Amino acid sequence: MLKSTFVGKSVPRKEALSKITGAAKYIDDLSFPGMIHGVTVRSPVARGRLKKISFEGDLPWNEITQVTAKDIPGENCVAVILKEQPMLVDGMINHPEEPIVLLAHPDRALLEKARKNVKFEIEALPSVLSIDDALSKKAVVWGSDNILKSYLVEKGDISQAFAEADLIVEGEYTTGAQEQLYIEPNGMIAVANPKDGVTVWGSLQCPFYVHKALKTLFGLPDDKIRVIQVETGGGFGGKEDYPSLIAGHAALLAWKSGRPVKIIYDRAEDMAATTKRHPSRTRHKTAVTKEGKILGMDIDFVLDGGAYLTLSSVVLSRGTIHAPGPYVVPHVRIKSAAVATNTPPHGAFRGFGAPQSIFALERHLDVVAARLGLSPEEIRRRNFIHQGQQTATSQTIKEPVDFDKLMDRAFEMSHYHSKIKRFEIENKTSPIKKGIGFAAFMHGSGFTGSGEVYLASVAGVEATSEGRIRVLASSTEIGQGKNTVFAQIVADALCVDVGLVDVAQPDTSVVPNSGPTVASRTTSVVGKLVEDAAKGLQATLRQSGFLGESYTSAQFQEACLVYLEKFGSLKTLSQYKAPPGIFWDDEKYRGDAYGTFAWAVYVAEVSVDTRTFEVKVDDFVAVQEIGRVVNPLLAQGQIEGGVIQALGYAIYENVIWKDGRMANNRMTNYIIPTTMDVPRVQVHFEEVPYAYGAAGSKGIGELPMDGPAPAVINAIAHATGGDFKHIPLMPEDLMRILT
Amino acid sequence: MKPTHFVLNGKKTEIASPPMSRLLDVLREELHLTGTKEGCGEGECGACSVLIDGEVVNSCLVPLAQVEGAEVRTIEGVIEDPRFKVLQSEFVAHGGAQCGICTPGMIVSSASLLEKNPHPRRDEIENALAGNLCRCTGYSKIIDSVEAASK
Amino acid sequence: MKTNAAEFDLRTPATLGEALALLGEPQGKWRPFAGGTDLMVLLESGNLMHKNFVNLRGFKELRGIEVSPQFVVLGALTTFSAIQENELIKKEFPCLVQAAAQVGAIAIQNRGTIGGNIGNASPAADSPPALLIYDAEIELMSTSGARWVSYDSFHTGYKKTLLGAGELISKIRLPRTTRASGRTVHYFRKVGARKAQAISKVSVAGWAHVEKGVIKEVRLALGSVAPTVVRGKNTENLLKGKVLSPALYEEARSILGGEISPISDIRSTDVYRKRIAQNLLSEFLEHVGLDQ
Repeated sequence: MLKSTFVGKSVPRKEALSKITGAAKYIDDLSFPGMIHGVTVRSPVARGRLKKISFEGDLPWNEITQVTAKDIPGENCVAVILKEQPMLVDGMINHPEEPIVLLAHPDRALLEKARKNVKFEIEALPSVLSIDDALSKKAVVWGSDNILKSYLVEKGDISQAFAEADLIVEGEYTTGAQEQLYIEPNGMIAVANPKDGVTVWGSLQCPFYVHKALKTLFGLPDDKIRVIQVETGGGFGGKEDYPSLIAGHAALLAWKSGRPVKIIYDRAEDMAATTKRHPSRTRHKTAVTKEGKILGMDIDFVLDGGAYLTLSSVVLSRGTIHAPGPYVVPHVRIKSAAVATNTPPHGAFRGFGAPQSIFALERHLDVVAARLGLSPEEIRRRNFIHQGQQTATSQTIKEPVDFDKLMDRAFEMSHYHSKIKRFEIENKTSPIKKGIGFAAFMHGSGFTGSGEVYLASVAGVEATSEGRIRVLASSTEIGQGKNTVFAQIVADALCVDVGLVDVAQPDTSVVPNSGPTVASRTTSVVGKLVEDAAKGLQATLRQSGFLGESYTSAQFQEACLVYLEKFGSLKTLSQYKAPPGIFWDDEKYRGDAYGTFAWAVYVAEVSVDTRTFEVKVDDFVAVQEIGRVVNPLLAQGQIEGGVIQALGYAIYENVIWKDGRMANNRMTNYIIPTTMDVPRVQVHFEEVPYAYGAAGSKGIGELPMDGPAPAVINAIAHATGGDFKHIPLMPEDLMRILT
Repeated sequence: MKPTHFVLNGKKTEIASPPMSRLLDVLREELHLTGTKEGCGEGECGACSVLIDGEVVNSCLVPLAQVEGAEVRTIEGVIEDPRFKVLQSEFVAHGGAQCGICTPGMIVSSASLLEKNPHPRRDEIENALAGNLCRCTGYSKIIDSVEAASK
Repeated sequence: MKTNAAEFDLRTPATLGEALALLGEPQGKWRPFAGGTDLMVLLESGNLMHKNFVNLRGFKELRGIEVSPQFVVLGALTTFSAIQENELIKKEFPCLVQAAAQVGAIAIQNRGTIGGNIGNASPAADSPPALLIYDAEIELMSTSGARWVSYDSFHTGYKKTLLGAGELISKIRLPRTTRASGRTVHYFRKVGARKAQAISKVSVAGWAHVEKGVIKEVRLALGSVAPTVVRGKNTENLLKGKVLSPALYEEARSILGGEISPISDIRSTDVYRKRIAQNLLSEFLEHVGLDQ
């Protein structure tokens, strides 16, 4: 067991001061000599065939760099999982805001005028704009059936469950899209020419995703593409795949113009054109005994993927696996599909499919409980999964999990039982109806199934010429605290002061590919590689004889310098290996879906004003077991921020669609919570160290996105008696349902 | 073009830009003060907050002509003010910054609050920061930071 | 920065007289520019069609709050922050303070002006319903002099006002009404999509003078339920002189429903706006009926 000096402590964020003083440089803060600006001209229609592009108006077109699909040197695609999405439209248009033409010029105001004067002749084609349209094949816009991807998970025999059931409860639940709304809009700067290749700097989560996309787009070898992440003002999944397009666009303009090109999206463009959380529809058919034992769950889960596959197959996978929740159910059948529609592709957003299916389940279980005459608490307690039992994918839970304890703690912190009694009395005489509700849920750490094995991530540490330690990983700091947490893990692994550890800015020419910064994997999975690499470096120093059994930070530094003097470099890399006993069958969708899970019970208390149908969340308790907590302050920050983002998902954030396009793509009419709208979130961690996570940690980043929506909606249902099946639940909807 | 004169972070400044230029653009592009950020361009997010004659404003909504003769303070000036050093240390200690893009605006709004009301209640802090949107923290740690700075 | 600022003029004249002279030039070449919180949004989004503006910000004549025995007079450039800080307004016109405190957030309140809020003529503006219930009058000034008009008559249609060619909103005055006996009730509530930085879905302001259970006088005004901010005059007429009763509540709700014409848009629905306006009327009347 490692000695913990820094792990478990609230070590201050490494880059905090530069952010607080305004010194930190984000992409729009950078400027290169000779740099010009780029803009994107986009499709005005949802679907059609592009016939002609014309450059009109009294504009100096000869001064404006113009790029269309025919200017692409390599393959016209955004290489992510498949290569199905074009970098620029070439013939078929599949969604509104699809990029068609790129323009660059030093004068941004002129570019705006130019953008309006690029005209398209388009033959409009029938489009599909909803899950229902897609499934009913109103038009066929993808393959033969509009199905981008589907899964089937089976355990036991669902028909047996229905035959044995005392009661079968059905329900249909839907969730809307959600905009990530990182406060820094997307942006990139590119320098590109045939001699040196392509270099981009940008606001992004996954440098090697961008690297792969650029390699394919330009047909260049690995070493001719360089991607550098600069300080990034929030991501939440929204800067996972879309930055590959912006980088490609900026690079194409730079390639053609011979000058550095900067593309910065304004808020309206960012909201209209880039990815959002997938809208969903979940149908539940649940077989229970009269004692509240769940015999079977038959789940039909559908995501609206938008116009291209992009990441939908993996979002669907996570949503599917999380759909039956943290319950042990003998008979399960989950049929899931991501369907194609003619809206901009939906993408990664914190939770990655799980918030959708967990909302449905945790809302549905309250309904099932009511039908049985049980409390919402009882039905969960009677079905919670325990160590040694199997999930729907037949994964045996190997670590201890004690949901009753999490629930006890959450109810104690929220005064759940006494409040139920109190509200029952108070609500009778008040126009303000109070309610309390909760959700129990889990979130798998790291990539799903064989994902981590396929990725085979590499991370490392090296000694610098100053005798300092530098962490090498492509994992990005996007506000979640990666820099600090990696430094803590390495400092403890090496038994040196945390101040001696630097974290390299992700630059694909410097750092190895430690995989994307997604899936709650950075601390636990990549952190483990970093930790192992650090231990390897320590072993190397010891074997060389320059480092004794016990040492001070200064002695360690000295040992590094002596080693460097003698051998020239000191660097250790570590590659991912699956924990022992992990098995996953991609064909049958069975086995160990995740190395481990974080577990949680969240409780929300609300007030509903029956005059205005406004909802206020008065109190929120978040209790979770996330393995070892590496940095309590940062971990609390993750939970608090995620909970508030999820409150937005539940009751504020309503994407309004018009002909496949987001109609309310401004901060004035897409509403996220302000300081005045949020409760103080009470956060509690149970710590059960996970043997295969860095310093005993599990994933944490996405977990807080999963539970708040069902907890809040269950609380509103408790307050009002309403039956709510859709989020966001807006005051207008509440009024309609309750009156 | 007739130049506009104002005092910027304590220094006399003269800028010959069109009178309708957004103060935000003048600060970032003419004066290279990039600590002031742009998040929405329509006065909603507060990332571009600066102080004009001590009052917090959205610099994306202020035309250059309206700062003639005014005293403008940006994050770069506010953070150097010894009275507000405490905001720096408390934002670090309480986890008030995550991705950091809203943080300069938060500091500017907080400084303006503390200038007028050195010991605000929590609800007064919430009100003072209601125009500064943050998507990372859920606000509690920002409010904790300001509260600690006012102690 | 998507708009070329050089294509716009924002002139700062030395005197108010010069400003009025510019505003009086033919074809409405020049338009007034106050706090900029509405116009600058249009500028950046490429929707500011007019090119020439007169910067009013420096004119002291248009600022400040003056009090006489009959009136409180606000310069048109009085900011929402200044309104909130004024003790007399807090005491005598509390709804105006409540409305001012709910305009955007502090940065907007520091910059936005009451004259601009009126002149922009948005039916969703926050301060106008409060001005309506306090029987505000506004002074319109031009090179040919000044005139006072009742604010109630000012908005003549969607984004249409009584403002003549070359005229500027210069002052707003609120009559100080004291009642020798009985009780006065002030009510304001704005419903937006969140608690701050919100554009109203519906707002209701109400003022009543009640004596021995009888509603002697009543004024009701609403935002976001019609092409302009509106008075609920039919509802007022129903209530005036009456003793509150459950039947009267219901009748008032019904009359109000008939005299407003909300629409469905990106922010809310017609059905919601109408129902909430009626519910807020009920809440106002509950305040009126308290302690009878």
